Amino acid sequence: MSVMRPLGSSRRLPPHLARLESEGVSIIREVAAAFRRPVMLYSIGKDSGVMLHLAMKAFFPGKPPFPLLHVDTTWKFREMVAFRDETARRLGLELIVHTNRDGLRRGVSPVSSGSALHTQVMKTEALKQALDLHGFDAALGGARRDEEKSRAKERIFSVRAAGHGWDPRDQRPELWDLFNTRIKPGESVRAFPLSNWTERDVWDYVLAEGIPVVPLYLAEPRPVVRRSGAWIMVDDGRLPLEPGERPEMRSVRFRTLGCYPLSGAVESDAGTVEAVVAEMRAARTSERQGRLIDSDEDASMERKKREGYF
Amino acid sequence: MTDAPPPAAEQRRGLLRFITCGSVDDGKSTLIGRLLRDGGFAFEDQLRAVERDSRRHGTTGEEPDLALLLDGLEAERQQGITIDVAHRFFATPRRSFIVADTPGHEQYTRNMATGASTASLAVVLLDARKGVLAQTKRHTAICSLLGVRDVLVAVNKMDLMGFDRAVFERIAGDYAAFAGRLGFRSVVPVPISARFGDNVAARSGNTPWHRGPTLLEHLETVDVEGDTAGKPFRFPVQWVNRPGPDFRGFSGTVASGRIAAGDRVVAAASGKAARVARIVTADGDLPAAEAGDAVTLTLDDEIDISRGDVLVRPEARPEMADQFAAHLLWMDEEPMLPGRDYAMRIGHLWTRASVTSIRHRLDVDTLEELAARRLGMNEIGFCNLSAGQRVPADAYAANRATGAFILVDRFTNRTAGAGMIAFPLRRAANIHRESFLVDKAARAGLTGQRPLVLWFTGLSGSGKSTVAKLVERALHRDGRLTYSLDGDNLRHGLNKDLGFTDADRVENIRRAGEVAKLFADAGLVVLCSFISPFRAERRAVRDLLDSGEFAEVFVDAPIAECVRRDPKGLYAKARAGKLANFTGIDSPYEPPEAPELHLRTEGRAPEESAAEVLEWLRGSGLAP
Repeated sequence: MSVMRPLGSSRRLPPHLARLESEGVSIIREVAAAFRRPVMLYSIGKDSGVMLHLAMKAFFPGKPPFPLLHVDTTWKFREMVAFRDETARRLGLELIVHTNRDGLRRGVSPVSSGSALHTQVMKTEALKQALDLHGFDAALGGARRDEEKSRAKERIFSVRAAGHGWDPRDQRPELWDLFNTRIKPGESVRAFPLSNWTERDVWDYVLAEGIPVVPLYLAEPRPVVRRSGAWIMVDDGRLPLEPGERPEMRSVRFRTLGCYPLSGAVESDAGTVEAVVAEMRAARTSERQGRLIDSDEDASMERKKREGYF
Repeated sequence: MTDAPPPAAEQRRGLLRFITCGSVDDGKSTLIGRLLRDGGFAFEDQLRAVERDSRRHGTTGEEPDLALLLDGLEAERQQGITIDVAHRFFATPRRSFIVADTPGHEQYTRNMATGASTASLAVVLLDARKGVLAQTKRHTAICSLLGVRDVLVAVNKMDLMGFDRAVFERIAGDYAAFAGRLGFRSVVPVPISARFGDNVAARSGNTPWHRGPTLLEHLETVDVEGDTAGKPFRFPVQWVNRPGPDFRGFSGTVASGRIAAGDRVVAAASGKAARVARIVTADGDLPAAEAGDAVTLTLDDEIDISRGDVLVRPEARPEMADQFAAHLLWMDEEPMLPGRDYAMRIGHLWTRASVTSIRHRLDVDTLEELAARRLGMNEIGFCNLSAGQRVPADAYAANRATGAFILVDRFTNRTAGAGMIAFPLRRAANIHRESFLVDKAARAGLTGQRPLVLWFTGLSGSGKSTVAKLVERALHRDGRLTYSLDGDNLRHGLNKDLGFTDADRVENIRRAGEVAKLFADAGLVVLCSFISPFRAERRAVRDLLDSGEFAEVFVDAPIAECVRRDPKGLYAKARAGKLANFTGIDSPYEPPEAPELHLRTEGRAPEESAAEVLEWLRGSGLAP
């Protein structure tokens, strides 16, 4: 792609999306300007897609001055991995893929170890390994405050101690847009340019800007089994079927994407982004409903964040 | 509202950021939980989780405790309190909202200020059973200080008071009496019950006497658009974009005002000028950009600009100052001590700064100004600061986007203070005072009088010197030691090297102020008669003196009257073009905004005006 070609649509954004876009661009620029070695966490999902789109805008006509990092648990949907590699190639960006080899050797997986241990080892530990390995002092993430209750209290610039821990009782007050970007050696910052976006804003923006998304977000017939009130897709032969379980074809789509055995699909006929947006407007459940990793207990996200999860 | 809004409405919605504040247990979290639920923005699975949690931690018996939708952190759920700012989001067909739910405890006042810093409106909750409390006043004062201009007063728990109109009106009246001093643009009271939803999203049948809007109606329709696009152009440079040898742009977000391609800009610090060549965005070049737009500017000339610089229009530059007065909210457990060095962030510039003196501490319950030698956590002081370099010192009240700064502890890196610039100061740096054994207080003890500078300002011919002479004679007869400083007289000696350009006028007043300060230090009552046309200089003189030692006397006569009087024949000369830079003719006069005394001399004898001054002196205990 030519570096000078304009990125977004020429269509004027609604005022509140334009404001969120400017805010996100500003936060991404701030990270690039204030830190020695920043990185952007790229999880392949729609939020990451929007964040990456903002990064491309922030440094236009140049490119983002940081690499993308994907923490690969080896249990992502195959379509996600293909989309990830295609996106990095299309935009001409450096992509670092990190997997916790030690965890793999120990045989940790969402099917045999349970979601809590799998998330701890293959996501949280893996992320910390990658950040330490490359000496990143700031990591941009696509988390939004509307996702979950403890996220609602997260700062835009969140300081993590040398061991990546997060202390909810000792967060820096954040006034105006005057971010305190000073850290000590060993500390790092997680920065969230989509803090003030809602799920609906993300989809409205994806639609308005024509941002590519993984096809899994759009409904189509897929082989699924019913587990804990959600549809789990049988993405490859590694998912052991329970006695009596038989994959059936259902028109489903995903509201959030993660490791496929932990990502619940919803039944839907929304095969286009437009149709997804229309469904969103009528949605009655939060997107995390389909995430099996958060339902263990209500405060699980806070606990994971204290341990260093994004 | 629970129905999906039509797409056309979706396109029109703007954004309102507001905060909720009030005392513990006033029901803030319940109110927002109510808005989210009645607005259709609490999802079914979240409501189910709340019902489950209500049985464990809830305080509402059988009803789901809506506050549990918001109290996010484990510690809060266990203690049943809100200890941090929670951000919530909802939208109606008319508007999108970002709500900062801020805590009511005194020790978390800093979090409330955090919420207020980006809010356009405050919802202040009151418990109908308790009325206006100290916390209510404190939070209201902080909102005012942080530039919130619109308040919705939600008188909650009306159900517990039988929806009694008299209760509501008494509380609304009490609140208005307190808030009246704080300069809000609008204060709108609404009687509600957050728990049962009365007048939150839907009009209540329990309050047929209420003629005002419901809470949500007001939030949807209130006009809080600060005219940031109409303010002077400010562009803090965040990032220098140099992807290759062919492109050099300056990226940032327009903080205020508007800029178009072809406009001239200057770097505020260096004064170097250039023209905007292009306004670059990823969606194509723009003809113009305004407040809130994140853009990249290229210039037609290679001038030295880096992150932290501010681009402005040449005709509307900010004053650059390394000394300024500011309101400072302290947020760190370690108290603020004058003289201690902090890291300061203003715009995208980091420098260092220290407080040189605390002019006063503000008691936010009573709005009293108290003496202070340090600021503890959650205290607010009006301070003089000295920065490591000159920074653009826009007043916060005039420009919220550029008049704010933060102070950071240099050792812990905690965000320790939030500052709002009041005005720049001109102070000699790096000259340290010699202190003497006999000081002002000792001299005052000997003379038995309080030193005072009476500063008469006004147009030539307004009667400054005439009134000052009469006042001085009366004081002298009463046995007061006095001295008169007069513009014309000083220009024959100390200031004979100065002309009447703006720069010379500034210097003229600076010297006069310094001399007045010395005479005051010697214990005299000093009567100064100077046109002193600029507010900044008069303020600088005021600032030279201790609190209570300076009184500004605005000698006010219409220009036509002064021209008619023309005691020195100067207006005639100026009008004939024989006298340049004459105040009122071709040089501006900025009238005082809050003088201690405002004398209207047209049609009055000078003796009457002098009597008015003496009366004021007596009222202030400065004359017998």
